[in-house]
Amino acid sequence: MNINLTLISQAIAFAVFIGFTAKFVWPQMLTAITERQKKIEEGLAAAERSKHDLELAQHRSTDTLREAREKSTEMIGGAERQAAHIIEDARAEAVRIVNQARIAAEGEAEVAAQRARESLRDQVAQLAVAGAEKILRREVNPQVHAELLASLKSEL
Amino acid sequence: MSTEALTPTSYIHHHLSFLTRQVGDGGFWVLNVDSLLTAIFLGVIGFGFLWWVVRGATAGVPNKRQAFVELAIEFVDDQAKAIFHGERHKFVAPLALTVFVWVLLMNAMDFLPIDIMELFYRYVLGQHNWRGVPTADINTTFALALSVWILMIYFSIKVKGLGGWIHELFCTPFGSNPLLWIFNLLFNLVEYISKPLSHALRLYGNMYAGEIIFMLLGMWAATGVTGVIFGAILGVGWSIFHILIVALQAFIFMMLTIVYISMAHESH
Repeated sequence: MNINLTLISQAIAFAVFIGFTAKFVWPQMLTAITERQKKIEEGLAAAERSKHDLELAQHRSTDTLREAREKSTEMIGGAERQAAHIIEDARAEAVRIVNQARIAAEGEAEVAAQRARESLRDQVAQLAVAGAEKILRREVNPQVHAELLASLKSEL
Repeated sequence: MSTEALTPTSYIHHHLSFLTRQVGDGGFWVLNVDSLLTAIFLGVIGFGFLWWVVRGATAGVPNKRQAFVELAIEFVDDQAKAIFHGERHKFVAPLALTVFVWVLLMNAMDFLPIDIMELFYRYVLGQHNWRGVPTADINTTFALALSVWILMIYFSIKVKGLGGWIHELFCTPFGSNPLLWIFNLLFNLVEYISKPLSHALRLYGNMYAGEIIFMLLGMWAATGVTGVIFGAILGVGWSIFHILIVALQAFIFMMLTIVYISMAHESH
């Protein structure tokens, strides 16, 4: 075990290998590793983000669903109310029409009765005149007795 | 080895002999060709593999190969992040990765069976002496430890300035009283000497001891049938335990590297 020139030559080899590693091996590998680490980091961040997004979307969809349900309930309520209102109106209208019809019919009946009464009166008056003629056995001038007949008619 | 008689001494001596080449006068100017070539070969294989994987790296879903490399890189990065507080990606973390991968591969050479590899070295490489574990060569561990030590001093001066560094040498850890300067300096010198020593010797000792144990078991196996059986059983046991040591020593070497460099960045 003598110290000899081998020491210096090995030291030179060592220096060359250090230089080689520091220049050609380490930086390249480090670049690849660092880049991959960044990629993984980004991937994890993206996963986290999308998880968050999913949560938000779920919230939103729940909200939307609830809103839709509320709206539909409201609409059904409104429709029911409206239907009830329409039925109410229709019923009132029907009542009104029926009443009107009854009033009209009553009026017509009144008029008809009046007319019937009038014609009855006429006929009664003519009958009375004919009866009186027969009773009196003589011609009665209708023009002479028209006044008398009219007063008679109005009394009937 | 075939020409001389095989004795325990010659066996051990053979396995502990480096393939050396004298490049100048004196004991220092010798190259351990086996350590150097194995280390460079493993480094080229290891870092070439990392480079090949990293070049095709994708930020998307990684394939198994890339996932494996990422695992290693993130393991090292986690350690660096825990200890070093500052911009680590520029230098400290790649340094730690280099140390970990390289030391791990060099240590792992110890898994290869020593006497079978001997055949490979002799008949394929044509070398009589060849030691296959670079970290069992003290030159390799000191090369790493002293490189880290120089980086430590460099960063110390870079972060604190030359004045700040010298001030720290004299005024920490006991205080800035002039009476204490000499003690502070002594303390810091001991620290600066002990750091690379413990750093290098811990790795070297572990790997060298691991090699020796394998050799002793191999020697036992040469004594007869009992030796073969027990040598094989204990060899398996030691190999399994050695997996732990190999990985642990590589990890410790890396951790100490990060700790020393980060201590250099911090003021006391």
